[in-house]
This record gives sequence, structure tokens and C-alpha cells, in this order.
Amino acid sequence: MSESLSDALDYPMARGRCPFDPPPELTRRLHDEPVSRVRIWDGSEPWLLTRYDDVREVLTSPQVSADTENAGYPAQSAGLKARRNRAKAFISMDDPAHAAQRRLLTGDFMVKKVERLRPRIQQIVDELIDDLLAGPKPADLVQAFALPVPSLVICELLGVPYADRAFFHRVSKILVAQDVTAEQSLAAMEEMLAYLGDLVEKKLADPGDDVFSRLAVEQVATGGMTVGEVAAMGQLLLVAGHETTANMIALGTAALLQNPDQLAAVREGDDKLVANAVEELLRYLTIVHTGRRRVALEDFEVGGTRIRKGEGLIAAGDAANRDATQFPEPDKLDVTRKARHHVAFGYGVHQCLGQPLARVELQVAYRTLYRRIPTLALAIPLGDVKFKHDMLVYGAHELPVTW
Amino acid sequence: MKVVVDQSRCVGAGQCVLVAPEVFDQREEDGIVLLLEENPPEELHDRVREAAQICPALAIELAG
Repeated sequence: MSESLSDALDYPMARGRCPFDPPPELTRRLHDEPVSRVRIWDGSEPWLLTRYDDVREVLTSPQVSADTENAGYPAQSAGLKARRNRAKAFISMDDPAHAAQRRLLTGDFMVKKVERLRPRIQQIVDELIDDLLAGPKPADLVQAFALPVPSLVICELLGVPYADRAFFHRVSKILVAQDVTAEQSLAAMEEMLAYLGDLVEKKLADPGDDVFSRLAVEQVATGGMTVGEVAAMGQLLLVAGHETTANMIALGTAALLQNPDQLAAVREGDDKLVANAVEELLRYLTIVHTGRRRVALEDFEVGGTRIRKGEGLIAAGDAANRDATQFPEPDKLDVTRKARHHVAFGYGVHQCLGQPLARVELQVAYRTLYRRIPTLALAIPLGDVKFKHDMLVYGAHELPVTW
Repeated sequence: MKVVVDQSRCVGAGQCVLVAPEVFDQREEDGIVLLLEENPPEELHDRVREAAQICPALAIELAG
């Protein structure tokens, strides 16, 4: 191992005084020490990459692997490490296995298909705002709006009964928590896999017009995939499909409320401006804040540093998205800037499958919320909001708002 | 400018379609990239370059 071991700081780090900026130490490394060691939960010391160019290079490199079974892979938590061999989804595979599984789903999330969902997403958003306005204030924006929007949408798309949401919200919260034990994490996963396995069996018997029905009919019935494999894939889609967008809706709102001129621009802007604002908020907030994890398959060099075969790599998208070589005045939230080349969805072949859906959900949610509730305001000081420093996906646990 | 796409690399992220819908589309069955315009007119060049730059799978190549 390297001589720099003794300098390694614990990672991930909590964000600093500003809940929207990356941890100050990450910003320091971006400027002074762009490729450096960090110490993760199991005591190992993978490389942390903070520069935009280095992050993109590593995430597209054929010399690195996303396969969690490779020795040296820097697992995010004890829970994820324990779960990784139990039910692997394509996010943890390399090509060609990754491409084969991902391509079973790319059609469901393509731009045109997602655009066809826009009217339904608008209806869901409008109904939730009707309910919010009819209810007591202050209200928790997370529970009343931010979580139900993507949750309803992904349930309809996948064919998961929304009535079961209390169950899968509870379980997915455990799956993205970092401070749970390996046993708790495995137990939550078993519950989720059992639930989804049952669901796939039901779809096999009585298919509908949804993704799980299609996978049941086209894959399980033909022997292409087992029920367990579809359940593992389903778990990834269900968790990724609502944890991320929900956090972007609430955290994006908190950030805009702190920047009234930017909020006004979104409220008064046309569709193009709103779409641009979504990209900028994705860049600025980068809620996947514990880095994209990889392991070196051979020796290679990145950013002037020699990486050895078997060493872990963490590509810090939150730091990369504040790299001034790509985004002038990177710490400024500017909804009119060109930000589409951000790496908030990752980069390389594993870049987010659901990004077209996330974009439409965020466009509709932001656009509608601030127009229909122009007096929207935080009900508590920003300093009292509890942020998710301890979860795989960053956001606010609760966001009390009034109007 | 000549545009070449590599469908075998494409991961269906759809970014090219959002940036330059006049030049790129996605196959209805599986969302894999379709090239609509091999020699796009000059007014589209900036956006085509952006599409190539942000393609996560490096599936778009430009010549000329």
C-alpha cells in the first residue's frame, strides 16, 4: 500500500456549514490534492478522485470494474458488502453481463416513453398539491409531496401496488442507511426480495401493462431470468426510483428558497429554463454524495497518480461538479448556466438508467409547486433542518414548509 | 461534420436525444441510439458536439 496511508481521513464526510456544498475537505482536495487516499468504514484506504476530468476518465476506463465481487472493491457500507453476493443487479456487474441486463430496461426509460408519462406525472403532482393546500400548515414537504411523487410514478411504471408503500418505504430506508448493521441490512433485503418475488409470480399468472409483468412474461416464463434475478433487478429500480428523486425535490426546494432570485427565475421561466434549472440543481446538489465505487483491474495512471491493480477507487461526483475548469464560479447556484455535462447521474456505461424519468419528474414538480404556491417558505430556520449526512443519498429527512 | 454512432456501446441514457433531437433518436424497442442525420447542418454542430461530449458510453464520434 501507499506511503500516504497515515494521512487518510475518514470517508464519507459530513457536509459543512452550507448543507448544499460538498464537505469542505473534499473541496480542499479538489484544489490541492485531487487524487488522494481516504479511509472507509472497513479500514481500507481507496483512492478518492475529485477532479471532473479524472472522475470521467475513471468511470469510462476499461481498466476499472464495478463488480462488487472483485477483491479490493470499496463497498459503501457493511450492509452493502453483506448484500452484494446475495442478489446482484446490473449496477454491480461489468459488461457484457451488465449491458445484457440493462438493455432489458432501456426501452422503458427512453426519452419518448417517459415524455408520454408527462401528463400523468402532472396529474399526480397537481393532486398532491391540492391535498397539501387543503391540509394543515406547516406541513412536511418530504412526506406530503417530495416522496409521494416519484413513489407513485415508479410504482405505476413497475406495477408495484402503491398501497404497499409503507412497507417498501420502510425497507428502502434501511437499504440506503449507512449506520445499520450487516444483519439489519440483509434482513431488509430478504424482506424486499420476498415481496418482489411474490409480485413477479403474481404478474406471471396475471400480467398487466407494466415493467414487472413484461419481465415476468418475457424473461421468467422463457427461462431467460429467474424470479430471484428479476426481484434483484426490481429492488434496484424501486429503491433508486424514489429515494433519489424524492431527495432532489425537497433539497432543490430548500436550495431555491435560500436563493429567492433563482426561485423567481424558475417560477417565471419557460419550459426550457425549467429544464436548465433541473440540470443546474442536479449539479449543485449532487445528492449521490458517497462517490461512485470502482476497483482497478490493472495498473494505470490517473491525474498523475499510479493506481495499482486491486486498489479501490471512489469517484467523487459532488466534488467534480464543483470543478471550476468545467463550471465557472462553481459554488454559485445559477439556473441559467450550462450544466448539462454534470456527473450527478454518474458517467460511463453505468450512468443512471432512469435519468429521463427523473428529469421529467423534477421539471414537473419544481415548475408546478412554486407556481401554485408562490408564498412557499421554510417553516423552521435552515440550520434546524436535519440533513441526510448518514445516508447513501443526501437530502433532508424532513422539510417543514408553510405558505 | 460527419457523425458516427456505435449502437453496440450505447446504454440508452438518452442525453443525445435531449440535446439534438434533429440528429439523434432512440429505437422504440430498446432505447438504443438511432442516427437520423449523418451530416448535420452547421447550425446544429454545437449541439452535436455537446451530445458527443456528454454521451456516457462514448458512443458518438465526430469527424470533420
